[in-house]
Amino acid sequence: MQGGTGLEWQFSARMNANERKARLSRRQFLGETLKTACGVGLFGLGLGLYAQRASALPAWAIRPPGAIAEEDFNGACIRCGLCVRDCPFDMLHLAELGQPIPTGTPYFIARDKGCEMCEDIPCVAACPTNALSHDLTDIEKARMGLAVLVDQENCIAFRGLRCEVCYQVCPIKDQAITLDRQHNQRSGKHAMFVPVVHSDRCTGCGKCEEACILERAAIKVLPMHLAKGELGHHYRLGWEQKQQAGGSLVSPDPEHRYNLPEGMRYEHGGRGLIQEGTAPGPGEAAPIPDNPLETLNRKGPL
Amino acid sequence: MSLYAPPGRTARKTKGWLKTHRWLLLRRSSQLGILALFLAGPWLGVWIVQGNLSASITLDLLPLTDPLLLLQSMLSGSMPILSGALGALIVVAFYALVGGRVFCSWVCPVNPITDLAEWLRRRLDLRASARLSRDLRYWVLALVLILPLATGTMAFESFNPVSMTHRGLIFGMGLAWLVLGGVFLFDLLVARHGWCGHLCPIGAFYGLIGNRALLRVRADGRERCDDCMDCFAVCPEPQVIKPALKGADKGMGPVVLDMNCTNCGRCIDVCPQNVFRFGTRLRNRSDAADPRVRYTHQPRKVS
Repeated sequence: MQGGTGLEWQFSARMNANERKARLSRRQFLGETLKTACGVGLFGLGLGLYAQRASALPAWAIRPPGAIAEEDFNGACIRCGLCVRDCPFDMLHLAELGQPIPTGTPYFIARDKGCEMCEDIPCVAACPTNALSHDLTDIEKARMGLAVLVDQENCIAFRGLRCEVCYQVCPIKDQAITLDRQHNQRSGKHAMFVPVVHSDRCTGCGKCEEACILERAAIKVLPMHLAKGELGHHYRLGWEQKQQAGGSLVSPDPEHRYNLPEGMRYEHGGRGLIQEGTAPGPGEAAPIPDNPLETLNRKGPL
Repeated sequence: MSLYAPPGRTARKTKGWLKTHRWLLLRRSSQLGILALFLAGPWLGVWIVQGNLSASITLDLLPLTDPLLLLQSMLSGSMPILSGALGALIVVAFYALVGGRVFCSWVCPVNPITDLAEWLRRRLDLRASARLSRDLRYWVLALVLILPLATGTMAFESFNPVSMTHRGLIFGMGLAWLVLGGVFLFDLLVARHGWCGHLCPIGAFYGLIGNRALLRVRADGRERCDDCMDCFAVCPEPQVIKPALKGADKGMGPVVLDMNCTNCGRCIDVCPQNVFRFGTRLRNRSDAADPRVRYTHQPRKVS
């Protein structure tokens, strides 16, 4: 430690040196600046590359409702955890350093605890930025991911067993997941009730994955880019184009000719066989209905 | 001097232990108290403050947002909502008034760690220190702001020891201990005051915010200074003291005007001559000692 006079000495010495310093200062300044810039630049390069690597979200981590596209999310989210705090069901977490999720950002794991889809969406309301988009006001419009029945070999519905747990727990019941009845070819006489997810209604809440009765879920919420394909942008579906245009765009459809008894005609796209002159009113059974089972089940002579 | 002589030893003899640690104790209480407010929710279920230092809501009413984080977020192309922006404005206004780096010494959770490193340095007489420029922090700050522009992500947040420590204590540390330990060892073994005094871009940012802050340390009793150097030894940014304390003959006023003064008040504590006090930046004439200051137990030096 310096004595009392040391400080004053420093002062005067520095002032005397000022002149000498001034001559060297430009070279020194440039040199020092370049050195610092290089060091900081290299550090920045490393940090930037590391951050880029560390900002990829694994498929099993799902963002809260309203989360904007992942590449924008890492810039928008300021990692405050207010969404985590305002979640009444404590199913959101903040990523810790060492997890393969960008540190400090919110996520949930559907298999552990899915999103309960609160109507007032408190997590979005709490977000101080637009990382969770405040445009989301209807939780059914959330798209956290998409449930996909990835393992049709182990899903017991595909083995002809009645399970339907995913169908029953789905918060948008009978719309996001419906049951498709299929013939059970193994037994030859039973139906299979196969769960089918509809992407226009599924929010990716993960309740189905959470509830799946298997040891490891057969139905999983995946990020959209993994769950969905994308049709080539040049594709046009002929029947849609035709409907939009109000008629065939290429050439008029040739009328299909049936060899039908007199007074009968056939209508495509709905009503089927029609007996001329006796168009059935609403509720009145057609003489020859569209559904052949109805004809078979009808009592009396054919 | 060969034996360990803690700065403030003389002051302790004349003023007593409590008075030589007054601001230090207040500062630790502030740091712990703020942390306790954040932890009361998750630990005790008493929700006074939600969130963390990055953004928080106090009593469901007062939004506070880290302005540097929000700036990075905006540079990456994302606009905040009203409460987020308002929170940042409140924080900026507060620190612009009381001194930006008040955050560093009164709030930041890393400060006790780097203070511990500095204390150990003195205890173990570790003098070796890498020579870093104090201006390095502005380079790092520029980098922190350029990275979101270039990468679209808040790159610094994957390293930021300050937000990581605070968030970690509240939400779970993970491997953030490693970063914190790294900062501690860097300060202890590589560079004295290395992180807080040379590198930390958050401190640099808050320093710039508080450049014209009203609340300042004043060396009003500088004519009493007996050059014991205790304030320089204890100050985390010793370069800020010199103009105010020793600049009288160069026409400099007694107010510590440097934006990197953290208003920690340690100089006030350790000065046996009661040279320093907290005051405003106003009335900074070189010849005027503050007339409000009256010291009873030390006779005025006759100049």
